[in-house]
Amino acid sequence: MLNDADRIFTNIYGWDDAGLKGAKARGDWNKTAKLLALGHDEIVERMKTSGLRGRGGAGFPTGLKWSFMPKEVKDRPHYLVVNADESEPGTCKDRDIIRHEPHKLLEGCVVAGFAMRAHAAYIYIRGEFVNEARRLQAAIDEAYDAGLLGKDAAKSGWAFDIYLHRGAGAYICGEETALLESLEGRKGQPRLKPPFPAGVGLYGCPTTVNNVESIAVAPTILRRGADWFAGLGKENNTGTKLFCISGHVNNPCNVEEEMGIPLRELLEKHAGGVRGGWDNLLAVIPGGSSTPLMPKDVCADITMDFDALRNAGTGLGTAGIIVMDKSTDVVKAISRLSYFYKHESCGQCTPCREGTGWMWRMMERLVRGEAESHEIDTLEQVTRQIEGHTICALGDAAAWPIQGLIKHFRPEIERRIAARHAVDAVNAAE
Amino acid sequence: MPKLTVNDVEVEVEDGSTVLHACEAAGVEIPRFCYHDRLSIAGNCRMCLVDMERAPKPIASCAMPAGDGMVIRTDTDRVKKAREGVMEFLLINHPLDCPICDQGGECDLQDQAMGYGLDGSRFSENKRAVENKHMGPLISTVMTRCIHCTRCVRFATEVAGAPELGAIGRGESMEITTYLEKTLASELSANVIDLCPVGALTSRPYAFAARPWELNKVETIDVMDALGSNIRVDARGAQVMRVLPRLNEDINEEWISDKTRYAIDGLRRQRLDKPYARGRDGRLHAVSWDEALKSLATALRKAKPNAIGAIAGNQADAESLYALKSLMTRLGSPNLDCRQDGAKIGGNRAGYLFNSTIVGIDDADALLIIGSNPRIEAAVLNARIRRNWLSSRMPVAVVGPKVDLTYDADFLGQDPAILDALADGSHKFAAKLKKAKRPMIIIGMGALARADGAAMLGKARQIAESYGVVTKQWNGFNVLHNAAARVGGLDLGFTPARGGMDIAAMGKAAKAGKLDLLWLLGADEIDFEPFASSFVVYQGHHGDAGANHADLVLPGAAYTEKDGIYVNTEGRVQYATRAAFPPGDAREDWTIIRAVSGAVGKSIGFDTLAELREALCADHPHFADADAIAPAKWASFGGRAKLSAEPIGQAFDNFYMTCAISRASETMAECVRASSADHGAAVAAE
Repeated sequence: MLNDADRIFTNIYGWDDAGLKGAKARGDWNKTAKLLALGHDEIVERMKTSGLRGRGGAGFPTGLKWSFMPKEVKDRPHYLVVNADESEPGTCKDRDIIRHEPHKLLEGCVVAGFAMRAHAAYIYIRGEFVNEARRLQAAIDEAYDAGLLGKDAAKSGWAFDIYLHRGAGAYICGEETALLESLEGRKGQPRLKPPFPAGVGLYGCPTTVNNVESIAVAPTILRRGADWFAGLGKENNTGTKLFCISGHVNNPCNVEEEMGIPLRELLEKHAGGVRGGWDNLLAVIPGGSSTPLMPKDVCADITMDFDALRNAGTGLGTAGIIVMDKSTDVVKAISRLSYFYKHESCGQCTPCREGTGWMWRMMERLVRGEAESHEIDTLEQVTRQIEGHTICALGDAAAWPIQGLIKHFRPEIERRIAARHAVDAVNAAE
Repeated sequence: MPKLTVNDVEVEVEDGSTVLHACEAAGVEIPRFCYHDRLSIAGNCRMCLVDMERAPKPIASCAMPAGDGMVIRTDTDRVKKAREGVMEFLLINHPLDCPICDQGGECDLQDQAMGYGLDGSRFSENKRAVENKHMGPLISTVMTRCIHCTRCVRFATEVAGAPELGAIGRGESMEITTYLEKTLASELSANVIDLCPVGALTSRPYAFAARPWELNKVETIDVMDALGSNIRVDARGAQVMRVLPRLNEDINEEWISDKTRYAIDGLRRQRLDKPYARGRDGRLHAVSWDEALKSLATALRKAKPNAIGAIAGNQADAESLYALKSLMTRLGSPNLDCRQDGAKIGGNRAGYLFNSTIVGIDDADALLIIGSNPRIEAAVLNARIRRNWLSSRMPVAVVGPKVDLTYDADFLGQDPAILDALADGSHKFAAKLKKAKRPMIIIGMGALARADGAAMLGKARQIAESYGVVTKQWNGFNVLHNAAARVGGLDLGFTPARGGMDIAAMGKAAKAGKLDLLWLLGADEIDFEPFASSFVVYQGHHGDAGANHADLVLPGAAYTEKDGIYVNTEGRVQYATRAAFPPGDAREDWTIIRAVSGAVGKSIGFDTLAELREALCADHPHFADADAIAPAKWASFGGRAKLSAEPIGQAFDNFYMTCAISRASETMAECVRASSADHGAAVAAE
């Protein structure tokens, strides 16, 4: 269990003042200029050493991502874009960072922006986060008034501006290139890669898009040392992480914990355990709605980190843990997720546009058992036809939950089909 | 130059190529729907997925830049599966209504489903249906068939400069629409029909008219403007069913204007199918060819040689121009004119050609347009200007009325004095011309077809010479014609011979009773009032203004009904081919002139088209070089007189109706109505 002293987000529950005064008392904005004095490349180096992996879901090493930015600013300016379009079902960590620790994010923007030689950061915030956007804007204004942003940000000599941009509520705009399209004022549709944003990003300029949490932890990592961060968690899965625990637990919560904590410990220590006891557990979706679910027997001794979960056929994703107890209609639950992905597909590329609707409709029939058992295989194949064939990862995200369901709960689906057929046979006989 | 391996074949492709290009270079066919050579890359259909070594997933070959050492495979099981998967997805919501779809037989979806798809469907849900969209009188929509490749959107936005086509909605609710259900405000709109890989956008006038395999396809040349766009005319029997663009990188690439494509229904209406003579009652009566020729021969014999005139229209082929000129010469008449709008051009070839060539537009880095609206006078050429502007943002200035050219232009005004200011360097745009390495001037009939046209031409030449528009390597002095016959006529010297009268002088003479006979070779766009007392012979294919004012009507052939040579605005000689026969008793035009020459007993020396062409090419050798441009030598041309104060206008306002064919076309009339209803600016109906 994480020591309180090693906690980065000490005000994640908002028990303390979220404003600049409170933030400073917690150590934010403390000698930021000294952090910048390390120099662009040294900051990137230290971030690499810390082993921080992107907190937005894909888990790409943050320091490495920053190092992809050109080493010199040529004719085009560099941009930092912060992805605050947190929309993954089951995920609510960025929301609390923005609500209660906005200055960690802002200071992180200055540090990260400086490291990649950017003078401006755009924070793209989810449209539904109305109050959060107000809070964040207030924090930005506060920081400008205190001279922490602007021409001489935190007296570092580095000019830095932060712009807050509100989205309009499309899940796909959380995909980094769709986010850039949306930010530029176009229909939110992912771009083709290559070119990658580090070469051609916002307005055609070198850009790095990072998750809120990845940026917000950066100043603390630099202050306390990359080795401190690397010393937490497991190898290749270092540091601390905000876990969002929702569903059938006694005490749903956001909690900062060490990477690699066993799932059962996480649920029982922080979330008051599964409703009705551990034996009442049916399955857990470990990393936001797009990751395949794990049945109870896998949950028993899985640890919460990128590699362990990947080896278990699922993923850490955003660490949005959705707990389902035995009262759950698991087929219906996954069908609801299929509806979500069908609704949120941007419609740009064929497999996702056509496939998400097809999958959802089949899922709806499977919920009621109105299918033939061979259609389970068809559905499986359709998910494989989408996965890996699309422009962005939404296609994969739509396919994985169904794959997880079929892998672990196929007998349940078959039972429903058989039951339905039995009913149909009786009806036909009458 | 990256080197790649495609299915074990090593290929080297140019820098900037994609994997798809490399596969093609290796002779491997890659199926695709959204990718199009002339549009930006969308990468959304996912049909072109191929395997790349070390890539965890198949890659979209249309969007992946070719890199040195890439190892591509298109024959793996994974690629086959991926194609089958995409094909299945495309078809699950496609209505599969091929038997009632106009795209049937020339449909990419059909072809590729045959080549790469599975034989059955596993989809047992209800199919999606999409409401059809109104896109104007030219484009018929069945949006349920749409596969969302966005080619049409990209064409409209990028090439046509009409941003009102786009996609709304998300996921499977995504729809292609014109947002406000308006006609596409573009002269190139119907090209989206060719681009559409399925039957979502089909041709409205051609709806359910024919199947592609029952059409006789003839490759020929368009005459609706002076570009000489390469077209394919599809005819069934005597009827021209449709016109499609033909690839010519130097002229129209693969686009044509809506008028080129759709004026053809005018070929079926108002046709002159037998000779007519005006009777004592003042009305035209059908007569036999014998009677017509006899009465014309009598009139020609009666007329004094220098009181005979000939005016050629905008769509005359070079052969009939040459034949008529030969006949006039034999009759002793010097009064010839092929400039029915009275344009003051002719003589030195550099003074009436689009010297830079159309391709040259791609190299220009500054553009001054004088008295022309290329958007309606040469829509396809305008798209080229737009493309250059899009990539280079070259400065464009216009002396003439303020219009929407689909690119930003500096409208300097209509006052001819602006040209003086540009010539002496006192105008602010002069600096931009001076800075440019390859400046270009396009001067149109709005400036040249006026009384001081010669002075205009001279002034433009002066500007050209002061700003390096003409150098050893570059000639950016361009005259933009809007008549397909004009350059050919000028090249053949269908202009007043020594002591002869031009159109204005003929008018004056006629008023004074000194023009006995006027021969109109398809000339409909002139002022007929002065010629009321002359014996007017109209030779042409439509009962338009010319026939209305004629005393004798000789039915000729329209451009699709005869072999002919046309010279486009660049001076490019192109040979057109007959696609159908002229209706009724109508004849190919040169044969009519030949018959008249026989009737008056003035032989013009040829009996077949081959002999005519031989004589023509002997007199004017460059006509023998099909598809070639004989470059013009720069020399002095144009006048030096003072420009009048009359504002500089444009040649015409109504894109859709510029010739007898388009005026007879119901489709064009429909377009005029739709564009004025949907886009405000009322267009005068002609």
